[in-house]
Amino acid sequence: MALVLTDEQRMVKESAEGFFAENAPVSQLRKLRDAADADGFDRGLWAKMAEMGFAGVAIPEQFGGAGLGMVAAGLIQEAIGRNLSLSPFLSSAVLSATAIGKGGSADQKASLLPKIAAGELIVALAADEKARHQPASIATRAEASGNGFRLTGAKPFVLDGHVADRLIVAARTSGADDEKAGITLFLVDPKASGVGVKRRSMVDSRNAAELTLDGVQVDGADVLGEIGGGFAILEAALDAGRACLAAEMLGVSAQSFDTTVDYLKQREQFGVKIGTFQSLQHRAAHLFCEIELARSVTLKALTALDEGDERAALFVALAKAKAGDVVKLATNEAVQMHGGIGMTDEFDIGFYMKRARAAAETFGDNAFHGDRVAQLLNY
Amino acid sequence: MDETPELAAFRAETRAWLEENCPAEMRTPPGGDNDMCWGGRKWKFRSEAQKQWLERMAAKGWTVPEWPTEYGGGGLTKDEAKILLQEMRRIRARPPLSSFGIWMLGPALLKYGNEAQKKEHLPKIARGEIRWCQGYSEPGAGSDLASLRTSAILDGDEYVVNGSKIWTSYADKADWIFCLVRTDPDAPKHLGISFLLFDMESPGVTTSPIKLISGYSPFCQTFFDNVRVPAENLVGTRGKGWDIAKYLLTHEREMIGDMGSPGRDSMHQIAKKAIGTDGEGRLKDSLLRADIARHEIDAFAFALTMERVKDEAKAGQGVGALSSMLKYYGTELNKNRQELLMSIQGSDGLTWEGEERYDGALAREWLRSRANSIEGGTSEVQLNIIAKRVLQLPGA
Repeated sequence: MALVLTDEQRMVKESAEGFFAENAPVSQLRKLRDAADADGFDRGLWAKMAEMGFAGVAIPEQFGGAGLGMVAAGLIQEAIGRNLSLSPFLSSAVLSATAIGKGGSADQKASLLPKIAAGELIVALAADEKARHQPASIATRAEASGNGFRLTGAKPFVLDGHVADRLIVAARTSGADDEKAGITLFLVDPKASGVGVKRRSMVDSRNAAELTLDGVQVDGADVLGEIGGGFAILEAALDAGRACLAAEMLGVSAQSFDTTVDYLKQREQFGVKIGTFQSLQHRAAHLFCEIELARSVTLKALTALDEGDERAALFVALAKAKAGDVVKLATNEAVQMHGGIGMTDEFDIGFYMKRARAAAETFGDNAFHGDRVAQLLNY
Repeated sequence: MDETPELAAFRAETRAWLEENCPAEMRTPPGGDNDMCWGGRKWKFRSEAQKQWLERMAAKGWTVPEWPTEYGGGGLTKDEAKILLQEMRRIRARPPLSSFGIWMLGPALLKYGNEAQKKEHLPKIARGEIRWCQGYSEPGAGSDLASLRTSAILDGDEYVVNGSKIWTSYADKADWIFCLVRTDPDAPKHLGISFLLFDMESPGVTTSPIKLISGYSPFCQTFFDNVRVPAENLVGTRGKGWDIAKYLLTHEREMIGDMGSPGRDSMHQIAKKAIGTDGEGRLKDSLLRADIARHEIDAFAFALTMERVKDEAKAGQGVGALSSMLKYYGTELNKNRQELLMSIQGSDGLTWEGEERYDGALAREWLRSRANSIEGGTSEVQLNIIAKRVLQLPGA
C-alpha cells in the first residue's frame, strides 16, 4: 500500500489535531501536575475521547469500536504528542485492546472491548519487571491453585496502573526467568485481595504505578490466551504500543521543532534575528530532515501492522529506534536554541523534553530496538 | 495489491516480454560505472548482449518509459513505468542505458525545449546515439554556481562561447554538452544566464581529464575558445537559464540522493561473510554490529522517505522542495555506508592494485563517495536551501 494517508485517515488526523489542541493543550498537563491530581488525567476528557471514537479507534466495529486500525491510532497518538495530552489512551485503547483482541476468548472480547471503546473500563498492561525493557524477563509466578492460579511478584512500572479498572498481568506458569515460553497473561481485578497499587511520580508527569501481587487468586476464566503462550500476545500488544509511541514521539518532535523555528524568527541578539545565524539554520534544517525520516518509518510501521505484513516487527523496531533518536535530538535542540528561557519551568518546551526521554525509554530505547533490528535481519 | 485488470495485464505482458528479450548476461549487476552502457558516437559495446539489450529496449521506447512516443519514449503512465521497473528488478535486469541525457537534459528539454529541439535531441538520447555532458561548475564558481563567467556573445545568428567548465563528468567521452553560459554580462547575477547546447567536436573545444584521489578520472576540465554555436541551440528564454539550471539540479539531486537507498548488497550480509558470527548468529564485533544496525535504521528510514515523497507527489500531497533533503541525507548516508564497508573489510579494503579484491574497487569507491556531498551542490548548500525554502528562516 502507498505510504500516504487515505482521505479517511486525513480526517482522523485533522479531527484529532483540532480536538487535542482545544481540549487538552499543554496547559492542562501543567494544571494537573501543579495540583498533584490524584488521577493524573481529566476523566471528562477521557469521556470526550470515547465520544469522539478515539478510545475504540483500533477496536473492531463488531465490538463497539471504530475499526480504523493502527494508522488511525497512531495519528491520534501523534496529536497527543503535539499537545502532551494526558489520558489512558496508550495503555487501554492500544496496549490492552490489542492484547485482548489478539488473545482474548469470544467471551472476553465481547465483555471487555465494548467497554474499553466506550471509555467505561480502563485496562492497563502489567508486564515489564526490569527498569530497562526486557519483555521476556518475567519472574512473577503463577502457581496452580484450586480451579485457577495464585499470582506472586512485582511490576515496578505499570502505565496508568493506579487508575486501571482491570489489569493484564504477565506471569510465569513455567520456564526460566528469561524464557519466552511459559509466560501466561491474566486478567486481574486491582481490588482483589493481595493486589497492591502505589502511584509513581514520573519526570514527565505521566501516570504510572508500582504493582505488587501477593498470592492473588485468579480464576481459570481470567487467563488471556493459551497457558504458557502469552508472549506472542504480549509482543503484539507491545508492537502496537511501540508503533504508537513512535507516532507520539513524532508529534513531540514536530511540535518542539515548530515552536523552535518560530522562536528563531522572533528572538533577536546582536541586533538581528537569531534565525539568520547559519550555525542555527543548518542545525534546524538537519533536524527537519530527521523528523521527515521518522515520519516515513513510523507510517510504514503502523501500515505494516494494519496489513499484517510479515516484516511488521522489523518496521516497528526501526520506527521506535529512529523516532526515539529523533525526539531526543529535537527536544534537546529546542532547549538549546531557546537558550535560558528553555530551562525555565514557566516555558513549555521543558515538558516536551521530559516526555521525549520517557517515551524513548518506554518499551525499549534505540539500543534495544537497534539490537532487535539486527536480530530480525539475522546478524 | 489493488492492481486494476489493465495494469495486471500490462504486468503479465511486460514480464513475458522481459523474459524473452533480456539476455542472461544483462541480469547480473554491472561491475561499476565502466561496465554500464553509456552509448554515444564513440561507444564500444562491452558485449553483444549489451548491444542487443539496448536495441530491444530502445525499440520499445523503454530506455525512457515515461517520455512521449513521438520523442522515442515508451509513453507509459507512472503506474505502468513503476510496473516495468518492478519487473526489471524482479529478474535483476540492468538499466539498458545510463545517460545524463536521460536523467538530466531530457526532463529539462521536455519542459523548456521548443518542438524542433525536442525532435532533434530526445530520440537520439532515447536510442543512446548521443552522449551528453553537463557544463555547470567553473573554476571560480562552485557552490556559488550563479557567479559563472563563461560567456556567449551573439554574433549574427551564432553565439561565440569563451570560458572554461570544471568537474564536467565524462566530457572526454561525450558528444554534446548542455552548458550554462552568461549571455548578458551586465544583468544581475542570476538573470544574465542562458542554457546552451553544442557539439563537443565544434572547433575551439578542448577537454582535459582530472585525476582524482580514487585514481580515476571521471571528471574533466573543458575549455572553450571562440566556439561558434547556432543561436537556435539556446533552450528556453535567453537570460532565463537559471530556472532551467535549478529544475535540472532537482533531478540531479534526486539521482545522487538515491544512492542512500538500501537494496544493493545489504551491509550486514557483507559483514557476516567478512567477520563471522558467534554461536547466537550475532556479528562477532559487537560495536561494529551496533554501528551497522544504526546505519541500516537510517538507510531504511531514508528509503521509506523516498517512497513516501513519491507516493505523496502522486497523490498531490507533496511538501515540495524536498530534493535538497533527499540529496543531503542520501549522500551523507552513502558516505557513512562506504566508511562502514571499509571498516568491515579491514586490510582487504585497503587494497589498491592487483587481481584480488577487484583492483581496489572498495577503496576507490570509498574515495569516490567523498565527492557525493560536494557535487550537485554541497551538503551545506542543501541545508541553506532547506532553511530558506522550507523553514523560511530570516536571511537564509
